[in-house]
Amino acid sequence: MAKELKLMKGNEAIAEAAIRAGSDAYFGYPITPQSEVIEYLMAEKPHERTGMVVLQAESELAAINMVYGAAGTGKKVWTSSSSPGISLKQEGISYIAGSELPCVIVNVVRGGPGLGTIQPSQADYFQATKGGGHGDYHLLVLAPASVQEMADFIGDAFDLAFKYRGPVMILSDGVIGQMMEKVYLKEQVPRLSDDEIAEKYPWATIGKPASRERNIITSLDLDSSKMELHNIHLQSKYRQMEEEEVRFEKINCDDADYLFVAYGSSARICQKSIQLAAEKGIKVGLLRPITLFPFPKKQISEMADKVKGILSVEMSAGQMIEDVKLAVNGRVKVEHFGRYGGIIPTPAEVVDALIEKIIGE
Amino acid sequence: MKFEDIIKKENLIYKKTPLMTDNTLSYCPGCGHGTAHRITMEIVEEMGIVQDTIGIAPVGCSVLAYEFMNVDMTQAAHGRAPAVATGIKRCWPDKFVFTYQGDGDLAAIGTAETIHACNRGENITIIFINNGIYGMTGGQMAPTTIEGMRSSTSPYGRDAALMGHPLKMTELVAQLPGTCFVTRQAVHTPSAVRKAKKAIRKAFELQKEKKGTTFVEIVSNCNSGWKMTPVQANKWMVDNMFPFFPLGDIKVPE
Repeated sequence: MAKELKLMKGNEAIAEAAIRAGSDAYFGYPITPQSEVIEYLMAEKPHERTGMVVLQAESELAAINMVYGAAGTGKKVWTSSSSPGISLKQEGISYIAGSELPCVIVNVVRGGPGLGTIQPSQADYFQATKGGGHGDYHLLVLAPASVQEMADFIGDAFDLAFKYRGPVMILSDGVIGQMMEKVYLKEQVPRLSDDEIAEKYPWATIGKPASRERNIITSLDLDSSKMELHNIHLQSKYRQMEEEEVRFEKINCDDADYLFVAYGSSARICQKSIQLAAEKGIKVGLLRPITLFPFPKKQISEMADKVKGILSVEMSAGQMIEDVKLAVNGRVKVEHFGRYGGIIPTPAEVVDALIEKIIGE
Repeated sequence: MKFEDIIKKENLIYKKTPLMTDNTLSYCPGCGHGTAHRITMEIVEEMGIVQDTIGIAPVGCSVLAYEFMNVDMTQAAHGRAPAVATGIKRCWPDKFVFTYQGDGDLAAIGTAETIHACNRGENITIIFINNGIYGMTGGQMAPTTIEGMRSSTSPYGRDAALMGHPLKMTELVAQLPGTCFVTRQAVHTPSAVRKAKKAIRKAFELQKEKKGTTFVEIVSNCNSGWKMTPVQANKWMVDNMFPFFPLGDIKVPE
């Protein structure tokens, strides 16, 4: 497929972009607000287009374990779900992190806790960035703020997953998944052949030739001293990510007196809030973390020396604010503003919160 | 005198398959797992398919199966082996993919994955070791613990009214259109071992033909968990397990 400009939903864009990124397999289970991902894939018949496998599993548990199996064979494999489904996948994600397998997990977040609601939310920040399942691990987390980024990040996510041999999460939300925007789609990247996989990924469990020892994919080691070394190795990858993979966007920050920190849909809302604030004579900038892990702590720390106060704007009861506060380390006032349970804040509400919580004193 | 002088090459009648590693088995003496491992690996060797075979180890006594089976292997989360196998097989349809699972793994926590992999007719081989007990965690009741059988969580014997009935998973999956070969075997005597090995070969051969899921149950013992000697355990198995879990083919391809 050649380059193309289309009007698409975020969920459709990520599905189309994944086919074009040369992904080998998708395993998923329907859940609102992201069922368009598997619906689009099934309708597109990627098996005929590129040979990509698409399978509707019997549960999120099964889907993530299909991902685990396929990822262990060196295939470019991914899944998507929304909050309650992602909770179900956590056991598998922990195994994937422990076994050091590359894969991409898309979370189109909805309001919780429990079955919650089907409307957009950002309340899965803790789960996405602090581990999520059991054990000491991190996902590399990318947070798209547009349909274009839904499309662009899936290819990036695969590259990062293979670079670090670990799971990468695209943390989206019901707004980005459901809204339609124009999107530039890249041209088709060919899938790797079986021989290329065998050559590129010598760790893959694809059958033992006489020329090598057997490959084992496992997260188990009963010898705790070896397990500690394994953990130290995993931590070194996370430190490397912090050095090399931080991504962020700064808008209007150069002469700002105040700063919004917001990602995903909240960052889009804050862009309008910046205009509304300017009409009131308030100079406010936006720092948008694109990677939520690794978190742009250095960049936020630098901004803390330039502004009078920071508002962390999230569609949650205040999760990312903890990372913002750690980066700021008490130098300026940091407050949170958010709506939750599926309610999306208006740009005016955000400005009001800035005035009330930060400027007001 | 040298070893070679005592054991002459021309007198060799049996040799350990190189597809079993030299690692010390973690199974209790008298347990059927070692034999079940060996005959599975012998079939992979005899069919000459090691370069195309991927095994899935479960959680349970055989969690370390990858330490003993000298083939590429993935260790799955508890009960998820059929899903892991599905992921591999869908991406590599010409490879041989098998799971090796115990009764807790396959018939309790992994019931959904087992039924749905079989119902989709995944072209995988499921080897199901049923010893009616949770061996690794110390002898708790399994979904296949028969009525009246004692375990650490049914210390007065399984009471169906209180604890539910033992589950005949093999008969259950035989009902599904996706399975093509479903059989129940044992490995307690040389003739049983020969029959079980033949069944595993058939399962792998049918997998090659992509006829659907092949499912081999092996009724086995757990002398440690059952608190018996190995000989007593095998006798108890014959007298008590076999009447409820009768050996033989349940579904064969037409």
